[in-house]
Amino acid sequence: MASRFTPLAGSSRTGTAGLSPSVLPRATPDPDLPGFASLGNRAGPWVSGYLASGTRSVALVSTRLTLRDRFGNLGVRLGVRRNRHRVTAGLYAVGAPNPASPVLVTSNYKLTFDSLRKELAGIDAWILVLDTRGVNVWCAAGKGTFGTSELVAKVSGTRLGEVVEHRELILPKLGAPGVAAREVRLRTGFRVLWGPVLAADIRAYLSAGKRKTAGMSVVRFGLRDRLTLAPIELVHSWPVALAALALGLLLAAPWGAGWMDQALAATVLLEGALLLATLGFPALLFVLPFRAFAPKGAVLGAVWGCIASLALGLPWGLGTGLTLVSTAGTAWIGLNFTGSTTYTSPTGALLEVERSLWPCIATLALGLGISVLSRIIGF
Amino acid sequence: MLNTSYVLNGTSLVIDEAACVGCGDCLDVCPHAVIALDGGKAWVADRGACMECGACARNCPVRAITVKAGVGCAAAIIQGKLRGTAPSCDCDSGSGDCC
Ligand code: SF4
Ligand code: SF4
Repeated sequence: MASRFTPLAGSSRTGTAGLSPSVLPRATPDPDLPGFASLGNRAGPWVSGYLASGTRSVALVSTRLTLRDRFGNLGVRLGVRRNRHRVTAGLYAVGAPNPASPVLVTSNYKLTFDSLRKELAGIDAWILVLDTRGVNVWCAAGKGTFGTSELVAKVSGTRLGEVVEHRELILPKLGAPGVAAREVRLRTGFRVLWGPVLAADIRAYLSAGKRKTAGMSVVRFGLRDRLTLAPIELVHSWPVALAALALGLLLAAPWGAGWMDQALAATVLLEGALLLATLGFPALLFVLPFRAFAPKGAVLGAVWGCIASLALGLPWGLGTGLTLVSTAGTAWIGLNFTGSTTYTSPTGALLEVERSLWPCIATLALGLGISVLSRIIGF
Repeated sequence: MLNTSYVLNGTSLVIDEAACVGCGDCLDVCPHAVIALDGGKAWVADRGACMECGACARNCPVRAITVKAGVGCAAAIIQGKLRGTAPSCDCDSGSGDCC
């Protein structure tokens, strides 16, 4: 690895003013350029070499995800090492781009970067990675880190105008909340083209002459999109799973004859509700009644509670109590799913939080109370 | 098409028709095809689909659009309420993974 970063005397710098790129697999990044100087030993395994462009060298990105990439991404999905999953911001090359090749702008969240580059096999392009502090385009645009000033800074910092002869930047459409296209043009001379919502559509978009079809322009929120976050949610809900287990065991008190069956039944109901809230809720999102998420979740939890109580043959008191607990729990988890969607408005989410916080807590308390009481009095 | 309308979606979206110059930029940035252009004027065609992201307002050259933009994320709102700050999904602190 080390040899990649020792300056190769001249090779990447002797190039004349002409912009004719050639691949120099072991060339060093140009130390003078912001965004490249820092690449150094932090260049990830996705950098397959360096491309000389005039007097510059640009990191060349592989379009194939290695096993390591995939494992790393899985880790991030599961919430491990999420913080370190970033790509150094700056200009990258993919394929064998020339000064006429398109410039694609993206965020430095590794998952976003990966989902873009894996769509680019056989395409020659430049990739301009903005420093969004490891956050995806949509969230970063909302926060303003995927924004006008960062874009302007990167365009001038990487001296993009010397690398390409055209004056167009292709941005993911979901970056628009953060970027004022006209201001970018005024400050850099580059025109912003709003590309497709999904990286998967970038090839079709480019080959159609940078034109979006209607399907590329709108957010779809299909089953797969809804379930991608489910593993994270599931892993992160381990404290809740533990609490449900503890509750199930506690409700079997005083642990007389047959306590195992009691505990098992209660635990199955509670853990089942959790599983249903994290996996079933996203899957059934558009099937469940109501438009607000908390009521959707409540319906799911209540139905599950009733079915499970009957199927498991719980005493009616305990069954009622646990059904209420399940209702409150799934409503709450459902409410939090608003953060995973790209169609819930802040006004609506605020209203929901205000309306459902106390009912959720009250239902949970009531459910716990009835459950405990049913165990003590025995109904 | 999935029914992606949500409670109170688009409540704060206002287009000033008199100011609108009909450039169509807002249509191009809206990810939910909320806005339509007729006779050189933009109008709200599908309010229920608007998630108040603010893309249209930021990209309107004559500031004809106002919308109370923010994050439609319950966790962020709750966090904001607890801390007494504006709703913010705490993505860059490294602890959260809201998005
Ligand atoms: S706020 Fe966002 S969703 Fe609503 S109309 Fe504007 S661009 Fe479309
Ligand atoms: S961006 Fe502004 S001026 Fe252009 S069509 Fe939309 S509302 Fe009208």
